[in-house]
Amino acid sequence: MALLNTVPDPEVPVISVVELGVVRDVDITPERVLVTMTPTYSGCPAMREMEADVKAVLLARGAPAVEVRTVLSPAWTTDWIGPEAREKLRRYGIAPPGKAESQGLVTLTRARSAVACPFCGSTDTVLQSEFGSTACKAIHQCRACGSPFDEFKPL
Amino acid sequence: MAEVINKAPDVPIAAPRKVPVANPLADYLQRLGDDRLILGHRVSEWCGHGPILEEDIAMANIALDLIGHASSLLALAGEVEGEGRSDDTLAYFRDAVHFRNALLVEQPNGDFAMTMMRQFLFDTYSVLLWDQLSRCGHEGLAAIATKSLKEDKYHLRHSSEWVVRLGDGTEESHQRAQHALDELWRFTGELFDRDEVDAAVEAQGIVVDHEALRALWTTMVRDVLQRATLTMPTSTAVRRGGRTGFHTEHLGHLLATMQSVARAHPGASW
Repeated sequence: MALLNTVPDPEVPVISVVELGVVRDVDITPERVLVTMTPTYSGCPAMREMEADVKAVLLARGAPAVEVRTVLSPAWTTDWIGPEAREKLRRYGIAPPGKAESQGLVTLTRARSAVACPFCGSTDTVLQSEFGSTACKAIHQCRACGSPFDEFKPL
Repeated sequence: MAEVINKAPDVPIAAPRKVPVANPLADYLQRLGDDRLILGHRVSEWCGHGPILEEDIAMANIALDLIGHASSLLALAGEVEGEGRSDDTLAYFRDAVHFRNALLVEQPNGDFAMTMMRQFLFDTYSVLLWDQLSRCGHEGLAAIATKSLKEDKYHLRHSSEWVVRLGDGTEESHQRAQHALDELWRFTGELFDRDEVDAAVEAQGIVVDHEALRALWTTMVRDVLQRATLTMPTSTAVRRGGRTGFHTEHLGHLLATMQSVARAHPGASW
């Protein structure tokens, strides 16, 4: 697990696949290493990259064989991203995810809580688009400092 | 000038046509998977053609999510079927008559209002269906439902906001949104049908309350349409057939595009 903590998320390289919460378990026997992973978004193209990177790192460090098992349950949530990784995201210019919505269906008129600008900290920001450069991000703009920025969407 | 996407007379078709089903669970999972595969492909047709950059990105993202859901569902369908067919085999090497998607999702994109209205009508259904299936007695399907529900909530928020924006927008956007709604309405009834496949999978723990689903869907759709100042159609005519492989002409054209590379180079990888 410590070794896998050196494998960066291919699209947000400032945090590792372990910090992202994608690596759920590592089981080591003399014959093989079994890594249990869970996808972030169902259609995230980076998942295959992550699998390949995880395999490459373990094989390079002498694992005789690496098997990756994908599990969907429990479903991945941004709540698994710890405080340290959130701070790394913020310093990288990505607003860390807020608390994921609990169960319940969509309330269309629900006011979204303001996302703090990762550059100046102001909460005077406006959502530009729910969908951003990768599946996990939304695009905002800060009215205080004028910077556009990504938000890691709570899921 | 808004497109007329289906010139068929607005007559009710009494009952779905029946075809023999060897494995109801595999068939049921294909219905779920095919809805998302076909809609995902339709939405992906906007890639590079979105009205604004953010919307282009949004639709590409939504298409990816839907195709991801389809991949999980069709992989499970192949497993249940037990004939060695993968998600890719099911997606690329079946003909229209073997597709089980609802007619709604294969309808052409038309203008932006038509695309968003189709998405809104389907997203509302999908969110409510996943909510029920996330508690169903089939472990693998419940896991896919729980995962997909989270993502589809984002899609629904996006599509319903667009429906409000278009309906309560300019005179032209209102007229186009109303036209889209009127054109697509007849395809919504099929989503709530319960046939012998549904009955058969209930024995395996997959129990969906179709009436509750329809009632909640109607409530949610009415709420958004009211905000959008659009008129909910009163027609009760239903066009159906997709669940048993009787499709509109549009599916064949879609498949010809979607499957061409896989069929020209079977087994290719890159």
